[in-house]
Amino acid sequence: MTPFESFASKAVPLPIDNVDTDVITPIGRVLEGAEALVRYAFESLRFAPDGSLRRDCPFNDPAYAGARILIGGENFGCGSSRETAVWALAGMGFSAVIAPSFGGIFFSNCFKNGVLPIVLAAEDVAAVARHAAGGSEILVDLGRQRVSAGALERSFEVPALRKEALLDGLDDLGLILKRQEALAAFETRDRLERPWVYLSPA
Amino acid sequence: MAASLFDKLWEGHVVDHLGDGMDLIRIDRHLIHDLSGPASLKMLSERGLSPRAPELTFATPDHRVSTEPGRTGGGSPANDKALAVLRRYCDRYGIQLFDLNDAEQGIVHVVGPELGLTLPGLSLVCGDSHTCTHGAFGALAWGIGNTEVTQVLAAQALIVERPGSMRVSFEGELGPSVSAKDLILHLIGREGAAGGARHAVEFAGEAVTGLSMEERMALCNLAVEFGASFGLIAPDETAFAFLEGRRFAPKGELWEAALQSWRRLPSDPDARFDAEIRIDASTVAPQVTWGVSPEDVVAIDGRVPDPAAAEGEKQAEARRHALDYMGLEPGAPIEGTPIQHAFIGSCANARFGDLAAAAEVVRGRKVADGVRAWVVPGSQAVKRAAEAAGLDQVFRAAGFSWREPGCSMCLAANGETVPSGERAVSTSNRNFVGRQGPGARTHLASPVTAAASAIAGRLTDPRRLGAGG
Repeated sequence: MTPFESFASKAVPLPIDNVDTDVITPIGRVLEGAEALVRYAFESLRFAPDGSLRRDCPFNDPAYAGARILIGGENFGCGSSRETAVWALAGMGFSAVIAPSFGGIFFSNCFKNGVLPIVLAAEDVAAVARHAAGGSEILVDLGRQRVSAGALERSFEVPALRKEALLDGLDDLGLILKRQEALAAFETRDRLERPWVYLSPA
Repeated sequence: MAASLFDKLWEGHVVDHLGDGMDLIRIDRHLIHDLSGPASLKMLSERGLSPRAPELTFATPDHRVSTEPGRTGGGSPANDKALAVLRRYCDRYGIQLFDLNDAEQGIVHVVGPELGLTLPGLSLVCGDSHTCTHGAFGALAWGIGNTEVTQVLAAQALIVERPGSMRVSFEGELGPSVSAKDLILHLIGREGAAGGARHAVEFAGEAVTGLSMEERMALCNLAVEFGASFGLIAPDETAFAFLEGRRFAPKGELWEAALQSWRRLPSDPDARFDAEIRIDASTVAPQVTWGVSPEDVVAIDGRVPDPAAAEGEKQAEARRHALDYMGLEPGAPIEGTPIQHAFIGSCANARFGDLAAAAEVVRGRKVADGVRAWVVPGSQAVKRAAEAAGLDQVFRAAGFSWREPGCSMCLAANGETVPSGERAVSTSNRNFVGRQGPGARTHLASPVTAAASAIAGRLTDPRRLGAGG
């Protein structure tokens, strides 16, 4: 994973609540493979039934070309655990998603793939989206945990561990593997208390 | 200090506190399947790792298998290839696989409890969002992504952020033809699809303790559609009776020791929750969705919402979009909407009790002309039990297809779809745009509502057919 760096970029506003991961990566495209799931991400929003690009969809608006930030609605990325949803966003060039709330599994998957999910209050998300409309840039500073949209500046929360993993470009398997000794000690104790959990002899 | 069921489950699995509410959690059971499994197993192999405790991981193909009677695979070259990859890695790593037509195969969330792989007090994960189903037994169970599947295989632990706690109490008795599915859809409709977000939700109250394990699983299955991190129900004698004697459940002295431990799991009487919701279950009618999120739901005797009556332009636009996709008129009664497909299946509602309840509605009746009606049992064990009880004959005589176990039309990963523009009543858990196939229109409902609708050829109040609970 590439280390996450602060950046300023255009942002695509998608002010729709409950955008689910089936909408982000429809199952038929998931099964077609890595290229199709990016090309057809948000297919029902971006494409008309005849396969042409919908002009009224912000993803297709040239004003947002090159955007690395997506501004979503409530419960963005709800639904299926499919990590393809994050792979598709990354494949489309997005490095951050700003929304009032996220689907839990999607939120967690983002950190595994170098994508930063940012939770802001709904009115702040709306203000950032207004600023972004028409192509103005938004600044995302992970080190300082701040989002700037013109005069509007808001801080966001991110657990230190996740922040460092993003800044270092690591998923957290390394961190888990480093604690295998603690895990072994836990299991030794736990095996005495709950022997039925362990389906093999020690 | 008084602790909740969730507190006890969480604290019983913390290996290390990592700060800011992030904890290293030990994983007791891991289920894998043919959709997220192959890529994660491949990732493990590519990173030069191997499973730390393969005896705690179990696999079965469900998402991508054909459910056609006489099936031999996934119904497409890509699905057959995924199954081959799953088989190869399970064989290489010593992971027990319940293969396509094995006696134990089925939907992971049906199979886990059937085999006693799911137990109270366990932490259990699977690369599938509906893993919250297993919380019905008082297990700490949740869905994870591909990368985390690889991590669990490699390390048998995950870094997880501790959520807040919520208790949802369903008081009173269920009305006729009202099931757990209706309770959870009603809750999601009232509180929204993010109503339980960032919370571990314990379902309690007399309407919940009175449910069978199958109904409890249906309730917890849709916890993720409520946005919840976990769905939980305190384990009790009903849960213990379900599990006793199951293949992987403890036996003899171990069973007795486990029982003692499990009896300490329920929330202490004065346990505190960050949020509390109370619902009078006796006021809940059979539910059916009208839109493209499980929160878009009304009572079967209700009406399609009007965008003009929405709270704000954003909700109005969401409603217009949903009604346009669903082909529904604002203000129209939802009952009576013609359907072309009826799907009784999925990890929400494909257990024996679901099929038995649906069969009672169907018995002696015929599926309406022009309706394709399917029953897809949740597992081989469900299928055998249903056949032993003659349920397959009831369904077949009415004109239903009686199929092989798998996820099937719930997510249409196996080529079994609802055609674009056509309308299905479905006992599954998601009515998202394109979920059952591009352009498919899905109405979520309980098994008895789906059965009554298949017979009438239109969305139908099961109470009209005198359907039981």
